[in-house]
Amino acid sequence: MDSLIEIFLGMWQWLPVAAQTVLVILAQIIAITIPLMLGVAYFTYAERRVIGSMQVRIGPNRVGYFGLLQPIADGVKLFFKEIVVPVKANPLLFYLAPVLTIAPALAAWAVVPFQPGWVVADINLGLLYVLAITSMGVYGVIIAGWASNSRYAFLGAMRSAAQIISYEIAMGFALISVLVAAGSINLTDIVMAQQGSAAHWFVLPLLPIFVVYFISAVAETNRAPFDVAEGESEIVAGFHVEYSGMTFAVFFLAEYANMILICTLTSLLFLGGWLSPFEGIPGLEALFSWVPGIVWLFTKILMMGFMYLWFRATFPRYRYDQIMRLGWKVFIPITIVWLVLVAAAVVAELPWWFD
Amino acid sequence: MLTEKILFYVFAAILIFAASMVVTVRHSVRAALFLVLAFFTAAGLWLMLHAEFLAIVLVLVYVGAVMVLFLFVVMSVDLDQGRLREGFGRHMPVGLLVAGVVIAEMVSILSIDQLAIVAPESATVAVNNVEAVGQLLYRQYIYPVEIASVILLVGIIAAISMTLRGRRQSRYIAPAEQLAANKRDRLRVVDLREPASTDSSAESKGDDN
Repeated sequence: MDSLIEIFLGMWQWLPVAAQTVLVILAQIIAITIPLMLGVAYFTYAERRVIGSMQVRIGPNRVGYFGLLQPIADGVKLFFKEIVVPVKANPLLFYLAPVLTIAPALAAWAVVPFQPGWVVADINLGLLYVLAITSMGVYGVIIAGWASNSRYAFLGAMRSAAQIISYEIAMGFALISVLVAAGSINLTDIVMAQQGSAAHWFVLPLLPIFVVYFISAVAETNRAPFDVAEGESEIVAGFHVEYSGMTFAVFFLAEYANMILICTLTSLLFLGGWLSPFEGIPGLEALFSWVPGIVWLFTKILMMGFMYLWFRATFPRYRYDQIMRLGWKVFIPITIVWLVLVAAAVVAELPWWFD
Repeated sequence: MLTEKILFYVFAAILIFAASMVVTVRHSVRAALFLVLAFFTAAGLWLMLHAEFLAIVLVLVYVGAVMVLFLFVVMSVDLDQGRLREGFGRHMPVGLLVAGVVIAEMVSILSIDQLAIVAPESATVAVNNVEAVGQLLYRQYIYPVEIASVILLVGIIAAISMTLRGRRQSRYIAPAEQLAANKRDRLRVVDLREPASTDSSAESKGDDN
């Protein structure tokens, strides 16, 4: 065993520095992407089971114990399906669209910290990077809608573009409040600014912002009740109506990867990330000190993920003009007013949170 | 250093290719998409100069928002390619003249010795990038920034006020009124039995269905 490790180390040192860097980066990418893809697969399973029980039915329970192999079966099925390209579609853009959708959904994870130091690129501009990268996701949708040469797909793409642009503003303002409160754009620093106890988390001083952010995020990811871009009852399946097989699966993966990303960001920005909820409580803090931070982070991500499913099972779809009204006339004013209040609180060094 | 150089030339080649495609490609949607590619590559180049903040803001604002709206418009408008090209020959002399003047101006300015083009140096960041930009904007250039923001605010308000149209045009039904209505207001049951029994019809009208 030891000799094996020695051989491995020897080979490692023998590699040129550039190759070492590339290999390390590749390993980091794989270490994030594979758990993420598994998370996506079981998020779809969780969605079907949770919504199933909310609607008093069973959900998938045939493949494997409790239907646990259902996502794998779905994946295999999609993998072997034929990819149909519509007549007169633009083939290059048609194939490019799913790639453009999933690439930002994966690239954004580069700056997400899971625990102090557990981050691929701990850059100063973390939050801004996430915002810039996720804003590129809309291209996949628009190009898909346009390249499919289909009215339904095009309508879906138009709706989605308008919606994502509108809610990005509310989301951006919400994030500005967070970074004013934390005094940094680095995601690790933002989590560290919430240290102290569960009452120090930004969800309390920024409660309206938290609500606005999460609802905008649901709209950004085109999920129910803001899923007019897909709107099965109106425009069949929206922007991905012409996609089949793996090309469709990639859209699907991107949607769920984005949802998990949003849940993670919400946990990091408002719910103290990897910080223990029992911090600062005399007896419990010692009792739970052995739990690694990443477990708390995952717990919070799962909670936010459950909210997504809960929304989908509960609310009917918004009408298009109502969506626009909510975004522009309700959320943006709330975020602007709260931004001013937060800035005042930070300047006044309001005790407890900003002292 | 070598990798950086290779990256620079790759990015530069893509940028020039994309920029020239923007003006030569026939289809306007494709031109807009090439413009997106050009912006993105330019952001990559800025990143290599350690201007991270500017690079990310370029992606966020131009790629993420402005170009999306642009595509939105270009895709919805059905441009007639044939009609656009109609007067090409007629307008060409004017176009060439303007292009010649612009090129002459650029050459004359850029050939002055004081403006000798040097490769931009990469930022030597002691403080972090955001902080450096923030210090400049909100300390050194505070008045220009404030004036520009007031002008923008006026622009926003002007644009919004253009969408206000005095009286409400669309007719709609208030849900509260709808819910307040009951069957009695809308439904009248008329008895169509023999006209002889007028008394009974009066009775049945009284209890209203």
